[in-house]
Amino acid sequence: MKQESTQVLYGLYNDEEVLLHAVKKAKEDHLDIMDVYSPFPVHGLDNILGLTESRIHIAGFIYGLIGSLSAFLFMTWVFTRDWPIIFGGKPYFSALSFIPITFEVTVLFASVGMVVTFYTICGMGPGVDNPTLDDRITDDKFCIAFDVDNADESKQAALRQFLTDTGAEEVNVKSI
Amino acid sequence: MSAPISAIREPLITGSKTYHTITEDICGPTEKTPTTAWVIAFIVAVTGLALYVFSVTWTIWVGIGSWNLNRTINWGWDITNFVWWVGIGHAGTLISAILLLFRQKWRTGVNRAAEAMTIFAVMCAGQFPLIHMGRLWLGFFIFPYPNTRGPLWVNFNSPLLWDVFAISTYFTVSLLFWYTGLVPDFATVRDRAKGLRRKIYSYISFGWTGSAKHWQRWESLSLVLAGLATPLVLSVHTIVSFDFATSVIPGWHTTIFPPYFVAGAIFSGFAMVQTLMIMTRKVLKLEDYITLEHIDSMNKVILATGSIVGVAYLTELFIAWYSGYIYEQFAFYNRVMGPYFWSYIGMMGCNVISPQIFWSKKMRRSILVTFFMSIFINIGMWFERFVIIASTLARDYLPSSWSYYSPSWVEVCLFIGTLGLFSTLYLVFMRVAPVVAVAEIKGILKTGGDQYVGPNIKHDNAHKESTHH
Repeated sequence: MKQESTQVLYGLYNDEEVLLHAVKKAKEDHLDIMDVYSPFPVHGLDNILGLTESRIHIAGFIYGLIGSLSAFLFMTWVFTRDWPIIFGGKPYFSALSFIPITFEVTVLFASVGMVVTFYTICGMGPGVDNPTLDDRITDDKFCIAFDVDNADESKQAALRQFLTDTGAEEVNVKSI
Repeated sequence: MSAPISAIREPLITGSKTYHTITEDICGPTEKTPTTAWVIAFIVAVTGLALYVFSVTWTIWVGIGSWNLNRTINWGWDITNFVWWVGIGHAGTLISAILLLFRQKWRTGVNRAAEAMTIFAVMCAGQFPLIHMGRLWLGFFIFPYPNTRGPLWVNFNSPLLWDVFAISTYFTVSLLFWYTGLVPDFATVRDRAKGLRRKIYSYISFGWTGSAKHWQRWESLSLVLAGLATPLVLSVHTIVSFDFATSVIPGWHTTIFPPYFVAGAIFSGFAMVQTLMIMTRKVLKLEDYITLEHIDSMNKVILATGSIVGVAYLTELFIAWYSGYIYEQFAFYNRVMGPYFWSYIGMMGCNVISPQIFWSKKMRRSILVTFFMSIFINIGMWFERFVIIASTLARDYLPSSWSYYSPSWVEVCLFIGTLGLFSTLYLVFMRVAPVVAVAEIKGILKTGGDQYVGPNIKHDNAHKESTHH
């Protein structure tokens, strides 16, 4: 899937606290930030950016529930309907001894499901090559990016001014 | 500003690092030609691996008869090794998951390598039940798949089957957790690389960009995976202990087994982490990230879990006497005074008595002492499993079938071989991946770096700190 390229104006900051102040300022000025990139998770950034809380744990709960039910019901079906065998004089439906496997399958489904969901919604996976703005973003630079595809000269100049004013060490344009 | 910092906390990162020097220090070793120490270690490890391949081939070709197991003692070195390796695996998950939930920041220095150790240890563990089946090519029979024999299902009431589920789930979840942590760091390596190397790291870094939303989801995912891995790690060794505890053999049929096995697993796992970390930090020059503070913290865990294990040993003896049940009493008398008394002495000496040295802070912070102690503990924990398995089976209900077991050369080679397999995997990991979690270390720099906390704090930072409160 080839996407059309976007013109991106971005500023690189040296420190996460400078970045946080800049993002806060941008929100106050009602600037439309395309994305913020950082080499490690910056705490408090998601609140300032106004990102809603990730719902991945809800997905995890649902996958886990599916795991529990399928394991427990499957074992019940095998031992009461499909091929009932008496083990050690215990009842066919000996729920207690189904617990360990039910637990393991719950954890397995929840974990695998969440990880697959994570990579899918982030647009990531083996061999995926998402365009990056700067190689130093995974090293020591913090980046605020603006989409300037439809911005005129004066708008771009204002954004550049904003980035330098808030402490960006470098301001560049790149189409990704 | 970052979280409040306690004045008594010691720095977790020394050497006044910046974000860039962290990247250089940790990703650097993957980019340089290997050192002589690494090459020598790798040759030794691959020799061990070759021995492993040979002895597995021998076992399968000749059959399980090539082992010295007999009708009385039908579990020997194989299951001892299995439990030993699984136990070692537990420290990785403990460090990465439980310490994450407890917000222990020192975990970031060692979690990556400890998780790698977990995965490799579980891989070594898994070999033993598989080859013990004898007919390895029918190994898939242990999974409940629709088959043409009825379908005839596996016995879901059997602890041995619970083990199949526990170990395979544990391996899968550990691998996913570890790899998800590695993805941002592989992206760091990718962005420093050129040519083919860049292509390879680009492939395995899954297109990571470092976007704020991705980081948010990544943190959320890590936290939930940690929450799942915590009960999982406790369940795995609990279920391994059920292999013994649900049988009706005196000496095995005890309710103390699950907590005692879990404590022992964490104990031996931390010992293995120490062995590996002390060598890794030296070879890769990571002393600034894996500091004496880390070694000290891990030695405290070793002291605590070692003492729990010691209490468990004594409790077992007491309960055997107190139960008034002669078979139980005999089983424990036999453990201490029977034909395998030497392994009981090894177990007690290495696991209970020797770790008491760590009450002294000076000893906890001595690299040499820690290294030798970690080897002692690994040996002691191997003895523990051998004591439980061999000494119990050697004296069963029927004195005419009492027996003695010592391993054949094939069994010894298999054990040495898995050490080779483990070392080979770990050495390759050291070469291709950042052995310390780069992104996580950067995240704790401002609360753990020695220019921000501790005695070497820079005054301008100290000032900045105070104005923010």
